Amino acid sequence: MGRKTISSKPDIIFPIIGFIAFLLVVSFMITLIVDIAIDGYERLIDPSFYTSYPSRFPEKAGILSGWVGTTLVMAGAIFWSLLIGIPAGIYLEEYATKRGIRGKIETIIELNINNLAAVPAIIYGLLALGIFVYRFKLGESILTAGLTLSILMLPVIVVNTREAIRRIPRDIREGAYAVGATKWDTIRDHILPYSLGGILTGLIIAASRAIGETAPLVTIGALTFIAFLPPSPFTSEFPFFSLEKAWDVLMSPFTVLPIQIFNWVSRPQAAFQINAAAAGFVLLVLTVIMNALAYYLRQRVRRKYIW
Amino acid sequence: MVMVGTIINNIKSLFLKTTNKSTETVKLNTKNDVKKEGDIKLEVKDLNFYYGDFRALKNINLKIPTRKITALIGPSGCGKTTLLRCFNRMHDLYPGSRYEGSIIFYPDGINILAPNIDLLNLRRKVGMVFQRPNPFPKSIFENVAYGLRVNGIRDKKLIQEKVEWALKSAALWDEVKDRLNANAYSLSGGQQQRLCIARAIAIEPDIVLFDEPTSALDPISTAKIEELIITLKEKLTIIIVTHNMQQAARVSDYTGFMYLGELIEFDKTQKIFTVPSQKLTEDYITGRFG
Repeated sequence: MGRKTISSKPDIIFPIIGFIAFLLVVSFMITLIVDIAIDGYERLIDPSFYTSYPSRFPEKAGILSGWVGTTLVMAGAIFWSLLIGIPAGIYLEEYATKRGIRGKIETIIELNINNLAAVPAIIYGLLALGIFVYRFKLGESILTAGLTLSILMLPVIVVNTREAIRRIPRDIREGAYAVGATKWDTIRDHILPYSLGGILTGLIIAASRAIGETAPLVTIGALTFIAFLPPSPFTSEFPFFSLEKAWDVLMSPFTVLPIQIFNWVSRPQAAFQINAAAAGFVLLVLTVIMNALAYYLRQRVRRKYIW
Repeated sequence: MVMVGTIINNIKSLFLKTTNKSTETVKLNTKNDVKKEGDIKLEVKDLNFYYGDFRALKNINLKIPTRKITALIGPSGCGKTTLLRCFNRMHDLYPGSRYEGSIIFYPDGINILAPNIDLLNLRRKVGMVFQRPNPFPKSIFENVAYGLRVNGIRDKKLIQEKVEWALKSAALWDEVKDRLNANAYSLSGGQQQRLCIARAIAIEPDIVLFDEPTSALDPISTAKIEELIITLKEKLTIIIVTHNMQQAARVSDYTGFMYLGELIEFDKTQKIFTVPSQKLTEDYITGRFG
């Protein structure tokens, strides 16, 4: 305590710099949120904004097709990217060897996965246009959009899955093998459940990026003006769910919130700017809700598995 | 296209390997041994072990007696843990390990280092307790039940009975019987290690390997574990690695002294600690090095 007067000097400089940096980040964020909230206020409080289709008249235009499209496309993107990303990450971490020709091929794949995360989104759009729309004839549909965004999310999910798996102590695996568990037993009962927290973190990062993407979806042919919703897959008769109609949902044309915002921003009328601000705010809220949900799930998983 | 071809070939070879395994693997006798005391359980013959190019074990010859406690002592890096992990082929989990020689498992007379041995079956017969307590982050009950479940036991009542029996045998039952569903991480270090012992014995192996089981524990927990190990030898063959010489002297019937990958001396514990035949053993035991 006696040396405090001398030694506390350098201790004060960094916290000040850090605090200024922190203020900068937060003030950008707050300015943005407050600004679009004020600009879009009159539309945000209007319930019909959420239940109307786009329109030529700014005061009648709403984001119904936008938020429904974003929700469906993101659900698809999350589904596909987890379905492919988790097994790929497990394979690379648990089964891939570093030896021989197979090892070399796997090293190349590994390098490419890390590079893929840095590829501009529009390139993914072109890839998806070539593969899903032209080759597989999936159309300019919700299914195609979900698949496209899932490719975009895959690298991040694979990398995070691998890191989560690597954090599991060796002792735990050996403990499982020592009682006669097979590799698959060990993965199913230990590796996968214990790495779920890390996998969810990857999902948050990837999905937060994907939800705001416009370019790849414009490339595959998302509409900017759409005045109907996909059909409901639920029916009034038993079994209350129709596979055929669910397929119709996947094959419907769509738009998403970022495209809707872009469309409104590029209109000359000032009233559409208000709509754009309001829709931007809704998009932000959607992102926050998604992050909060993933954060909650991750904390629940993490609390259970502390090494 | 060449790449695709290689990948397909690799997938094929993976597939073929697994099918070969299922037709040719050798299993150990699943009946518990009923031989009389003093028989040989494991016989190590000219064992060499390599990590890549490094020869970690050099020409080990050793006979492990049935239902006795055999201790392996020696300075750090002498290969005692490496030898222990040969008995349940734990090295196979990591690439670059290679065995030479044989370890015969009695009464079956099977070489457990043979490439076609069924490793799952071997690890069911040869259990292991690790240096650091490593319970799974699951409930106390589930930790003990896990070995039973992966070995195909589905009968809930049977699992419950065996878990209770294992926890009682590991002297842990009275402390945990009211909170079997609590997470294993809520237990103290010593309790966790006894839980790991319960997990190892629940599947009724013939042999249990202990890899410095008390090095992370306080003296009171250590005493409990040592007591437990001594009671377990009534039914099991035990091999324990320790660098605590007092512990070897207290619990074991036979002791092997290892140095730089070689087994210098192997004899009755009493003899090793009173009249060792090798100068090196005497120097180590009297604390002149190590």
